[in-house]
Amino acid sequence: MTLASVVTSLKGPSGKGSADAVVAVPVTIPYSRFSTHGAHWFAARAMSELLKGSGLDKSAIDGLCFASFTLAPDTAVGLTQHLDISLRWLDHIPMGGAAGMVALRRASRAVESGDAQVVACIAADTNRADTFNSTLGSFSQFSQDAVWPYGAGGPNASFAFLTDYYMREYGARREDFGKLCVAQRRNALSFPHALFRKPLTLEEYLNARPIAEPLRLFDCVMPCAGAEAFLVMSRARAHDLGLSFVNVLSTCERHNAFPEDPIQMRGGWALDRDELFARAGIRHEHVDFLQTYDDYPVISLLQFEDLGFCAKGEGPQFVRDHTFTTDGTFPHNTSGGQLSVGQAGAAGGFLGMTDAIRQLTGAALGDSVENANVGLVSGFGMINYDRGLCCGAAILARDAS
Amino acid sequence: MSTTQPPLPPVERSRVALRLTAAAALGRFELQRCAECSAVQYPPREACHRCLSVNLKWTLQSGNGQLIAQTRIFHSHEPYFRQGRPWRVGLVRLDAGPTLVTHVHQSVPSAPAAVQVTARLDKAGQGALVAHLPGEDIAMTDDPNIREMGCDPRGLNILVTDATTAVGESLVRGFIATGAKQVWAGVPPGKELSGSAAILATPIDVRSSDSVKRAADAFGSSIDILVNNSRHDTGTSAGAEVSDQTAREEMEVNYFGLLHLSQSFAPLMQARAASGTAAWVNLLSVYALCNLPSQPTSSASMAAALSLSQALRARMRPAGMRVVNVFAGPIAPDGLARSVVAALRAGVEDSYPGDVAQDVLARWLESPKVLERELAASI
Repeated sequence: MTLASVVTSLKGPSGKGSADAVVAVPVTIPYSRFSTHGAHWFAARAMSELLKGSGLDKSAIDGLCFASFTLAPDTAVGLTQHLDISLRWLDHIPMGGAAGMVALRRASRAVESGDAQVVACIAADTNRADTFNSTLGSFSQFSQDAVWPYGAGGPNASFAFLTDYYMREYGARREDFGKLCVAQRRNALSFPHALFRKPLTLEEYLNARPIAEPLRLFDCVMPCAGAEAFLVMSRARAHDLGLSFVNVLSTCERHNAFPEDPIQMRGGWALDRDELFARAGIRHEHVDFLQTYDDYPVISLLQFEDLGFCAKGEGPQFVRDHTFTTDGTFPHNTSGGQLSVGQAGAAGGFLGMTDAIRQLTGAALGDSVENANVGLVSGFGMINYDRGLCCGAAILARDAS
Repeated sequence: MSTTQPPLPPVERSRVALRLTAAAALGRFELQRCAECSAVQYPPREACHRCLSVNLKWTLQSGNGQLIAQTRIFHSHEPYFRQGRPWRVGLVRLDAGPTLVTHVHQSVPSAPAAVQVTARLDKAGQGALVAHLPGEDIAMTDDPNIREMGCDPRGLNILVTDATTAVGESLVRGFIATGAKQVWAGVPPGKELSGSAAILATPIDVRSSDSVKRAADAFGSSIDILVNNSRHDTGTSAGAEVSDQTAREEMEVNYFGLLHLSQSFAPLMQARAASGTAAWVNLLSVYALCNLPSQPTSSASMAAALSLSQALRARMRPAGMRVVNVFAGPIAPDGLARSVVAALRAGVEDSYPGDVAQDVLARWLESPKVLERELAASI
């Protein structure tokens, strides 16, 4: 897509709205498999890096949107005292993999309405050797009552169901999922924060130890500790601060879509994608890269379909028709995604966002997508019982001014 | 004696979900059904997912449905599911509406497949759903993961505390017929075995803690299933004229008997359960639920035994050991013995064999006070 046409679309029919809020200062606090620090530590590190990256004083942050699984018993409220920040806008979004998109959407609204000037969006989680287990067991009432007693497979088992069904229904093969995983690992080789920096072959993927049939080891994210963050502010403010920033063309969020489906074969994106693209003023062919939420590869195929890059059920053929490295025909999960970088709790829902901001500001930490002007970031989270309830997406564009 | 507790499936449930456990304890699969719009709900909840009515009634389910997806879990976060064999679970779309996560019996073919869902008590004693072939008696079939939810007497060592009564004889015969490994036949003082096929006759006076302790010391660590069928038989003619002495004798056998057995045998069987399967059966009268005024003190002693059995159950549950109460009404000894074996296999906690027991249960569930009035009228 040309820069000129992006700028045109930014102005939009009404000449205001989402064009006003911009997103800047992508921050990643390096991941570690386990940590002795609490989630508050990672949140503080992220806030500190946001200030350093923006040149702002702590007192200039007047909004916070926060996501975490491991901050208990605190919420974002407790964090304000912990970090000693005085805010006039605060949002705690326990939405896991959709948190990045939801944070951006709500922070943008806050800035555009004047409720806040600078919103810090932070997702931070720690991981102790027993954290994942205890988080899963108390994840939700439905999970406690109706999932956990059945093999305690957590999301592994839930995504095994989806994968099993998807393979049978749409003819996907293990090789199709493997192709995505291998490509993401290729992307991760140049991404400094990836916990997996060793090349992965399709043979290794196919022959890895089984976790929850048909899933094997490299189908499953590795939980870890870390944080991701970014700032949302007005375009004028970003200009004043001399920051590189990215325009927010449109966003969507949807919760508990299609509850009547016997098993989740569609996400909320299928309801919102037309409006998402219409409001952005672009078409699919203008998207230069896609960051999907990828804790398991089957969910990336659902996003390809439900975001409209191919029709329902054509995900497997779409995978066979494309290459997914940063230099591929369909650049996808440019950091390596969670499957190669690791899943730092709710920060997993921010990973695609921070890397998209970097790709669109010429600040990629690893390989860049060449001439990338528009990126689509998608999120999915919260397997409350048998399906993920939260979906979100955002279309971001390089600033041409 | 080992005090090691075995790994168990996760035991935590919300209060509303415990109603599924309560039904499973009786061998029933019940889900909430909306009294306003008829929508069947799962997982258990506080309000109808469709019309938001809070008027949800626990309702018996056929369990018929379709296995739509499945997995075998090779890696679990819970030690119980990491005992060397993959764990098969699936998603079942019930004909009645909701999608269930269930254990899946190994005899069920790959999805998609027609299944029936049954509610069982798992090794932790909590309600859990099992998908199996429609109509099949899953207690009988050979899936090691599912079998752990019951206690099939086949190949196990069993103590029947009083083998001299008609019911005792039927129990001994029944266990031998189902392939029990060894049956210890308890003989109270002054009684004799009447030539039954019992293998190991052993004197036990449940009224005496010393006698029970001697028996426990002798063979208690070998027992997998203890059937406490020691009952003081008062007859039905006592009425309100029952003597102190009779009342005390009833308590000595029906209540203190259970107390002594649980003092001496329960710790040994707890250890037994930790390394395999163990179960405890109490034969009670259905009038343990509500006093039958024509048997006032006998009913009272049964109520006391019932109360004590609840404490025993609470103590045994962390060991993964089932405590089964069989609430008998009038029923032929062979029928009662069959119902004990069936209850063990199905892994239920409470069994009400026979028409009278079922009737009393139904009335008691509906209204204990109305039942009290009805039984009062029977004098």
